Amino acid sequence: MADIASTRDRGNRSTDDGGTTKQGREPKNWRPFLLLIPAFVIVSFFFLAPLIDVFVRSITDPTLGIQNYVWLFTTPTNMVVALRTFGTSFLVTIVCLLIAYPYAYLMTIVSDRTRNMLQLFIMLPLWTSILVRTLAWLVLLQDTGPINGLLESLFGIGPLPLIRSTFGVALGMSQVLLPFMVLPIYSALAKIDKRLLPAAANLGARPVTAFFTVYLPLSRPGIFAGSVTVFILGLGFYIIPALLGSSKEIMMSALMYQQISGFLMWGHGTALGIFMLTTTIVVLALVGRLSKGTSLFAGRVK
Amino acid sequence: MTLKRALGALAVLIVLWLLLPTLVIIPMSFNSAASFNFPPKGFSLQWYENFFTDPSWLRALGSSLQVALVTMVVATSLGIMAAIGLSKVKFRGKALLESYFLTPLIVPGIVIAIGLYSLFLRFNLLGTLPGFVLAHTVVALPLVIINVTASLQGVDPRLEQASATLGAGRLRTFFSITLPLIMPGVTAGALFAFVTSFDEIILSLFIQSPQLQTLPVKIYNSVTQASDPTVAAVAVIAMLTSVLVMLTAQFATRKRKRVSA
Repeated sequence: MADIASTRDRGNRSTDDGGTTKQGREPKNWRPFLLLIPAFVIVSFFFLAPLIDVFVRSITDPTLGIQNYVWLFTTPTNMVVALRTFGTSFLVTIVCLLIAYPYAYLMTIVSDRTRNMLQLFIMLPLWTSILVRTLAWLVLLQDTGPINGLLESLFGIGPLPLIRSTFGVALGMSQVLLPFMVLPIYSALAKIDKRLLPAAANLGARPVTAFFTVYLPLSRPGIFAGSVTVFILGLGFYIIPALLGSSKEIMMSALMYQQISGFLMWGHGTALGIFMLTTTIVVLALVGRLSKGTSLFAGRVK
Repeated sequence: MTLKRALGALAVLIVLWLLLPTLVIIPMSFNSAASFNFPPKGFSLQWYENFFTDPSWLRALGSSLQVALVTMVVATSLGIMAAIGLSKVKFRGKALLESYFLTPLIVPGIVIAIGLYSLFLRFNLLGTLPGFVLAHTVVALPLVIINVTASLQGVDPRLEQASATLGAGRLRTFFSITLPLIMPGVTAGALFAFVTSFDEIILSLFIQSPQLQTLPVKIYNSVTQASDPTVAAVAVIAMLTSVLVMLTAQFATRKRKRVSA
């Protein structure tokens, strides 16, 4: 986003350099604002207003007060569900990171053609809806499915709980979220000066040392950006846990659905929603600060 | 070199893990047995026949296409206007406004969903075409803005000035100069908007009603409530639709790259 903004600023400056007269400038300054109004209205009415509505309901339903938040933080099962949600999202983030890093690194050392292909392969799954992909996992992972069948005929072990378990949820979520980890890591790795590793080797560092002291720190902005995206998107997942997870070990999104749709407890459901939203904002702010620190560091090294 | 080869092997495994599992749905859709057991037994087109003869499935497909097409038109028009507006204005809060338009991408869908559910309950928009379109537009708009903004960067501002100098009005300049230049981005954005709406499930689950259900909602309901093997065929049809649209989008952006190069 920052790149887009800065490039556009450059474009604007060149327009001004092109010798716009003061008179010609006046309408130019306010007319484009009109173009922003329709999008602004739609986003305000159907995105911001609903979020405000969620907040208002969380402190007024059934009566004004913080009783819903008291309920949220003092009910043990809620905390268990919250921890499970954070834990699953964290697990998925780590899995994606471990898979994405070598893949993104490979993208930096191959020919342009191969790189484009590797990038296309990462994007391809996004062309199919989460629902269809989850259905496919359901077929494969079910107790009578081919994977359990294979395990039984090869090793003689009974049907493993591949679905209705955290394993199934984490597997499905990692597969869906992987692209959101690969792309930022790749763009960070692509910026690292290729001569740094040979330079470290010249100075006597072993490859492993060179990787951990030079390469890995420089790739931190990408790791942060990818991890925070995957973690945040993971928190709000509903379909995959509902279809591949256990109904006894639900995640926060299912709890919200249950409270609102099942029990008509709007206060409880919306308080959970605000809790999730706040967590998202806190994670974004924290990592924004951290990664700013690293990018400064990276700049200084270069 | 050995490292590169090892990484290559790993990459192949990763790509297989990403792509292969989903394809399992294709043989399942030709199953002649009424079950989800893999491997399927025999070959039959009965689930496709079921789909194309069951009015409720066809109605869901029709609703999905209708919602996606209207969402595409609305999101694309608003997105083009917003992207051009953002490229021309200069003020303090501009970066903030830009992020405001893009936040629906990062806010957990379930939270937007309960908010919209609450709002739509009050305004009687549940299970209505305008309700679906407005909800989907919010999540499709950012993709249009991103794509059109990227295209606008390649447009030389002097061309618009030249057009104005030659006496063209703002509208004429837009339709005969700017729009053709940003067409690849507009096409890609519009197609992304279509697919986003066509595949959207979480908002749709909350704002659905028995009167109006989109295809993903009906698939979800049918998987969780009754295990009707027809969903395998429906899933293949849904998958083919979004893959075809995304392929077209891919070609649109290809062209953009070639033009700007």
